[in-house]
Amino acid sequence: MNALHGVNALYEAIDPNNTPVSGGAFLIFTIVKMLIIFTVYMVGVAMLTLAERKISAWIQDRHGPNRVGKGWLQPAADGLKNFMKEETMPAGVNKPLFVLAPILSFIPALTGWCVIPFGAPVATRWGRVDLVLADLPVGFLFILALTSLGVYGIVLAGWSSNNKYALLGGLRSSAQMVSYEISMGMSTIPVLLLAGNVSLNSIINQQAWGGWNVINLTVAFFIFMVAAFAETNRLPFDLPEAESELIAGYHTEYSAMKFSLFFIAEYASMVTASALMATLFFGGWDVPFTAHDNIGPYSGWLSLLSVFIFLGKILFFLFVFMWIRWTLPRFRYDQLMSLGWKFMLPLALIYIVLIAAVLLGLSAAGSRFQQGAWQAAILGSVNVIFVIVLFAILDRGRIISPAYGRMHPKEVERLRRLDRRKRVAVEAVR
Amino acid sequence: MAIGVKIVERPIEDVSYVRAMFRGMALTVKHLFDVNGRVTTQYPEEKSPISPRWRGTHRMLTTETGKARCVACGLCPTVCPANCIKLVPGEDEEGNRYPLVFEIDEFRCIFCGYCQEVCPEEAIHVGRHYENSEYSREGFVYDLQRLMDQTHPVCEMWDPEDPKGQ
Repeated sequence: MNALHGVNALYEAIDPNNTPVSGGAFLIFTIVKMLIIFTVYMVGVAMLTLAERKISAWIQDRHGPNRVGKGWLQPAADGLKNFMKEETMPAGVNKPLFVLAPILSFIPALTGWCVIPFGAPVATRWGRVDLVLADLPVGFLFILALTSLGVYGIVLAGWSSNNKYALLGGLRSSAQMVSYEISMGMSTIPVLLLAGNVSLNSIINQQAWGGWNVINLTVAFFIFMVAAFAETNRLPFDLPEAESELIAGYHTEYSAMKFSLFFIAEYASMVTASALMATLFFGGWDVPFTAHDNIGPYSGWLSLLSVFIFLGKILFFLFVFMWIRWTLPRFRYDQLMSLGWKFMLPLALIYIVLIAAVLLGLSAAGSRFQQGAWQAAILGSVNVIFVIVLFAILDRGRIISPAYGRMHPKEVERLRRLDRRKRVAVEAVR
Repeated sequence: MAIGVKIVERPIEDVSYVRAMFRGMALTVKHLFDVNGRVTTQYPEEKSPISPRWRGTHRMLTTETGKARCVACGLCPTVCPANCIKLVPGEDEEGNRYPLVFEIDEFRCIFCGYCQEVCPEEAIHVGRHYENSEYSREGFVYDLQRLMDQTHPVCEMWDPEDPKGQ
């Protein structure tokens, strides 16, 4: 990727429009971007609640909400209802934490978006505007740090409610999120190895040249996706709420806008997780088959196209989130834990070693193997083999331990003999 | 090995949850796009058909001259198991009996249809109608005029000759 940075520097030298904006223009552009992102994000989350209800209805052969403005105004009606409702404050709660918890779960879900690049840079009169709020050099680490903060809101909500169901939900979520945080972080290390950087823009640029990571690192994507489902508390990992067991889990005691904040936080973290999957594994905003969006000269239309491509990828993943939610049943708690610790974590570690070994081998074999077609071909074939092996193991079933253990064949034989003898005795009595 | 439960050896296509998951996803997405398969009845606009023997809101049939057919014989208040019919009989100059007061409390009524069955003049009927909401309890006590004003079709009683209603 050094070649890419060289090209970029070259363009910056040739074209004065290609230098990043600075000073007052930077401030104004950042504020405008903030407003746009916040508005689109919040409206999008509202529409997501409608999409969820519609998709669930269609999957269950129903119509879904179609009364308020043909259904399109349903989110507005829900929002209005949540503002008008009474804010309950149960007698036994720890008041400061009870109020703080929804905020704590809402803010990290929202803040994750500020480092995700959502489009190709735009060239303006004042210089180049990167379509990302804060192009942090440690972008990805920032997101990992923030998403792990989200667990505080849920745990505090569960504890401060002074309700046994809420507490159980909070405990479950803390165990779940901490467990899957690890495999999530581990599964992205192969991506970072390939990109050689933790900045999300450079991960996207690497994929623009080396092909989407999902083709080369399918297993990492698989682990990341499962971990993302667990991180966002979506089915099949919605144990923190588990309506059938825990009433509503950690937000049992919440009402009105405080409850709504938890709801928004869930959808917001879904959007962030989808955006991350798109960025890390599906090429992010990159427009395929053209390099103008990556190294310039930039054009407004291409940037707009890249934004829409990114949005399309996010919407696809959101649909997958909902599709899976209305298909798969919830895991049992012990299955959840053994899937996280006994399967996902070792798999992620093995995969890191494998990819690191392949990359090391490629660099030892010489520089012409280190990028382009050769690297993609070798990584791809290693990936195909590994996926086939993994699929065969998964297909055997019983990876996440069920509540029973295997019986020794001798024991089975003894029980059968016992059973047969009993039957003979009964026959004899007759 | 905590609990010794026997494991049945099943073929791999039965135990594989990877394949089961994909099958499930295919099923749900099939229903997702099955536009003609939606089963919800959009209630106030469209209504499910009800049986011809549906016993709902009462209705008093009238003669050609627009009077109630009721002759105040007192059979329906007698037979009514819920005791919801209030009948005060009256008599005109020609000696014809007619109901001075005829009230049915729809709240007490259990819609058994005995009143229709017992009526010798085929005057009181239970009807094929079920939307009778009111803002007050008093509104559910239907007087004679209100019973006569009902226009919905009346219930067809069960016929021993034709038990399935064909």
